[in-house]
Amino acid sequence: MSPHDKSISLMEYALGQDQLDKIEKILLSELVASGVHCVLLIDFAGNIIAKGDNANSRIDVYSLAALSAANFGAVEAMAKIVGQEEFALLFHKGETESLYFSKVNEELLIITVFGKKISLGLLRMKVADVVDKIRRIWKTGS
Amino acid sequence: MAFINMKNKEVQAKIVYYGPGRCGKTTNLEYIYQQFRERIPSEMVSIKTHGDRTLFFDFLPFDVGKIKGYSIRMQLYTVPGQIKYDATRRLVLKGVDAVVFVADSLTVQREQNLISLKNLQDNLAAHKKDIYHIPLIIQYNKRDLENQGIPVMSIEMMENDLNEKLKVPSIPASALKGNNVVVTLKKIISMTMASFQKGL
Repeated sequence: MSPHDKSISLMEYALGQDQLDKIEKILLSELVASGVHCVLLIDFAGNIIAKGDNANSRIDVYSLAALSAANFGAVEAMAKIVGQEEFALLFHKGETESLYFSKVNEELLIITVFGKKISLGLLRMKVADVVDKIRRIWKTGS
Repeated sequence: MAFINMKNKEVQAKIVYYGPGRCGKTTNLEYIYQQFRERIPSEMVSIKTHGDRTLFFDFLPFDVGKIKGYSIRMQLYTVPGQIKYDATRRLVLKGVDAVVFVADSLTVQREQNLISLKNLQDNLAAHKKDIYHIPLIIQYNKRDLENQGIPVMSIEMMENDLNEKLKVPSIPASALKGNNVVVTLKKIISMTMASFQKGL
């Protein structure tokens, strides 16, 4: 990939514009369209790679990304202390808004912010499907 | 590992303020937050203990403006300085692009500065980064105490202790009074951008 391509590039990984467009489309069509308020694809340094939200979302996404990356890292470290590779379910339930975290691969994490319109079970299925699709897109670039 | 989004013409970089406990890392960020509120899109995030010590990190996203058509967002972080929080410090250093090492000028903190700098070197190495190659500034903080009869080290002594081998830019400052806090920030931003120049 030439450095002049419209792409995201980092020392450790790179995603082309085509891949990014596809990912954002999936986030919107599979999650936001199903009632998720906001979804972020971030890396473990806390950078936002892609996002999708309904127009009403007023979330401070940069702080959310920084805290989520750190929180996920901390929880993973806790899992190792008790002899687990990772914890499968990372979910914080609020009265009106809840958060669900899902690891995509060694670099990426998905954070979903959702309300009462969508159940956790359905959300988990949808996110698992999205994670699978993002992994496949990721592979085409590497 | 700056994040350069060529599609949206956006650069996100991570600058970490490192140093021993109570050296003034959080105070640096608090001063920046007060001075540049209009450039900071959100509240400063601080995860503290009840005793007001940094437990995990402070986080402050800072819009620098546009360079070569790219919007530049610097994400400023601090680490907890206390020795016991080493795992947390390592987590915060993930993906770091530049470091401000805040050294404490108090004479009694001499050894703590050395321990913390060595710890920075080790933790950078854990992320496969070399302290001799990453953009780095040393800030000699609490210089305002010089005039208050409290024993502080001379700049020469601190240079000898901390910067003899590194030979990086160093700046005397007082985070509490705000002296040279912005100078430090501007310098580290320009060093970070210079290191990205090739990427853009």
